[in-house]
Amino acid sequence: MAIAGFSGGTAKGSSKRNSKGASKSALKGDRKGAIVAGILLIPGLLYLALFFLTPLVQLVVTALESPDASGAIGAYVYDFNVQNFADVAVKYSLQIFRSFGYAFLATIFALLISYPLAYFVGVKVRRWPLLQRMTLVLVIAPFFISFLLRTVAWKQLLSVGSPLLGVLQNIGLVPHDGYFIGTPAAVVFGLTYNFIPFMTLPLFTTLERLDGRLIEAGADLYANPFKVFTKITLPLSMPGVVSGTLLTFIPIAGDYVNASRDFLGSSDTSMIGNMVDQDFLSNQNYPYASALSVLLMATILILVSIYVRRAGTEELL
Amino acid sequence: MERRYQWCGITLANSVKASSSGAALELVNIRKEFPGFTAIEDLDLKINAGEFFALLGPSGCGKTTTLRIVAGLETPTSGRVFLGGEDITDTKPHQRAVNTVFQSYALFPHMTVLDNVAFGLRQRKVDEPLKKAQDALALVELSHLADRRPQQLSGGQQQRVALARAIVNRPSLLLLDEPLGALDLKLRRQMQIELKAIQIEVGLTFLHVTHDQEEAMDMADTVAVMNKGRIEQMGAPEALYDRPKTAFVSKFLGQSNLFVGDVVETNDSAVSINLHGNKITVPVARAEKTAGKIAVGVRPEKVQFHESAPAAAAGQNILGPGEIIDIRFTGVSNQYLIEIPQVGSVTVFAQNVGKSPVVELGAQVWVSFKVEHAFGLADLPVGTEED
Repeated sequence: MAIAGFSGGTAKGSSKRNSKGASKSALKGDRKGAIVAGILLIPGLLYLALFFLTPLVQLVVTALESPDASGAIGAYVYDFNVQNFADVAVKYSLQIFRSFGYAFLATIFALLISYPLAYFVGVKVRRWPLLQRMTLVLVIAPFFISFLLRTVAWKQLLSVGSPLLGVLQNIGLVPHDGYFIGTPAAVVFGLTYNFIPFMTLPLFTTLERLDGRLIEAGADLYANPFKVFTKITLPLSMPGVVSGTLLTFIPIAGDYVNASRDFLGSSDTSMIGNMVDQDFLSNQNYPYASALSVLLMATILILVSIYVRRAGTEELL
Repeated sequence: MERRYQWCGITLANSVKASSSGAALELVNIRKEFPGFTAIEDLDLKINAGEFFALLGPSGCGKTTTLRIVAGLETPTSGRVFLGGEDITDTKPHQRAVNTVFQSYALFPHMTVLDNVAFGLRQRKVDEPLKKAQDALALVELSHLADRRPQQLSGGQQQRVALARAIVNRPSLLLLDEPLGALDLKLRRQMQIELKAIQIEVGLTFLHVTHDQEEAMDMADTVAVMNKGRIEQMGAPEALYDRPKTAFVSKFLGQSNLFVGDVVETNDSAVSINLHGNKITVPVARAEKTAGKIAVGVRPEKVQFHESAPAAAAGQNILGPGEIIDIRFTGVSNQYLIEIPQVGSVTVFAQNVGKSPVVELGAQVWVSFKVEHAFGLADLPVGTEED
């Protein structure tokens, strides 16, 4: 893609010249440009081959391994054991369902919270650049603190005996003898909270460029504020919605911090990540852990490609 | 011109039948203050139903703000807006039977041309929106581009889509916010003719905001010249051009030669002014002032020059002698700049029809113009008040 763009630009520039010699030298320049682009790409390609492609192949190979004949724990031999995938799909069906269910809910909540926030920062305070920058910093500021630290802090804030939980109990959101930490709600809450900036920032970027004159034109053409939003603002901000939901949904589906027992979850809330963690580090069942990882990756890939196609964002640009 | 109207005849047959004709617009005592400055000061305006009204002024004079107040996109600080006799000051833009052709066109990039045009109809749940949108596109001769996206169109085509998107709704009042500003001269002239033809055809009230005085005079039935948030003068283009009442109008609408002097004599028919020893006479009916210091103007094409001193005659103002300091050939006419001692410089436009004497730079000439062509202004040009 980069090479094509590079040489394409040169060819266009040179085609304006008509003399034969010029076009010949342009052709030479074209090849030179392609070589330069190729050289510039080498570090990136090397990096990808070394740190992405190799581990990926390694992962798939491990996912197909069979237990060693000796039966020793953690000993496996190379094989083509496709059964591993069927095994993990059945064994962890609940966790797989939970992962995507939580990811779906947390993405929706993050979108519902982030959209008005991004609209406020990107559109409403646009006239005051200083205020805009300040509100943007306010949105991002909590995320200068470590992800783990913030999640632990929420655990403290919401555990039994904390004043915040007391308030929630008093207003009836949580039963008086009930608890919050360890419930699916706590995990979805944590996931939503932790991934909000990944939703807000892409939304902000598209909404910041939203042409206010189109909103005025919509109002001028008899659209009430709700119609203006659904017919103009939302369709025009779809690129932000799509990238925001992808940037939250994909990492949330693979998250294992929020759902783990050490943070906001319990054994009843474990997601795919927790199972990979357990199989790999505790059970030393590397083929299962790998097969589950590959399965997660493949499912996300399929879901995302369906989503992007249906969202039809390519029409927008 | 004839072909154009014939074309209109054709489109009349297949265009949407006007469901409503234009309504009158009345602005009463409109005032708009922004933090730090006042954009509009106590503006009163009345536009008759079916009229093509142009609001003409330099940038920053408040004309676009006036238009946005009518559209409902700005709220006036004080004053009322009446459309067809109904007070619409407090209604929202989408509740007003007013449509705008925006300066930037503001076409929706995520919709096809056809969907853009049908947008307003769909919002009002009008029957057969797509068919009516097609008809509107036919009116602006863009039927073949209905499925394109606005960004695939040229500026002139986008302008016509914006126009179709507005007039398809048959608004009581159509607002035009310098929609021709981004087009090149040739296309602009062509669009002016088309716009005027469409206005005659559909019978809507048009409020056209522009800084192009030629455009305003060419298209509008009534022109209001705006300056610094106020309307300086309002009237038919011919009347405004023939008798500007302020120095601003005389300079902004066409060109003027202005002479500042003291009134020496006023009788029933004429006001005489002493201009450093030269006498200039203006009909009383054409003078805004009859005493004190006054600015008298005359249009450059109403002035003749002579190689010898013309004989004094009643009904003629004669100045000179002076020296020709600049000659410009502009095709249909020559523009001469004549410097007359004590009086100042006088611009003369002479049509190249062989009637003007052939002169060269530096030649000594006299200028004359008819008394009935002179006009007396209510104010003095900027910079001469302290003389």
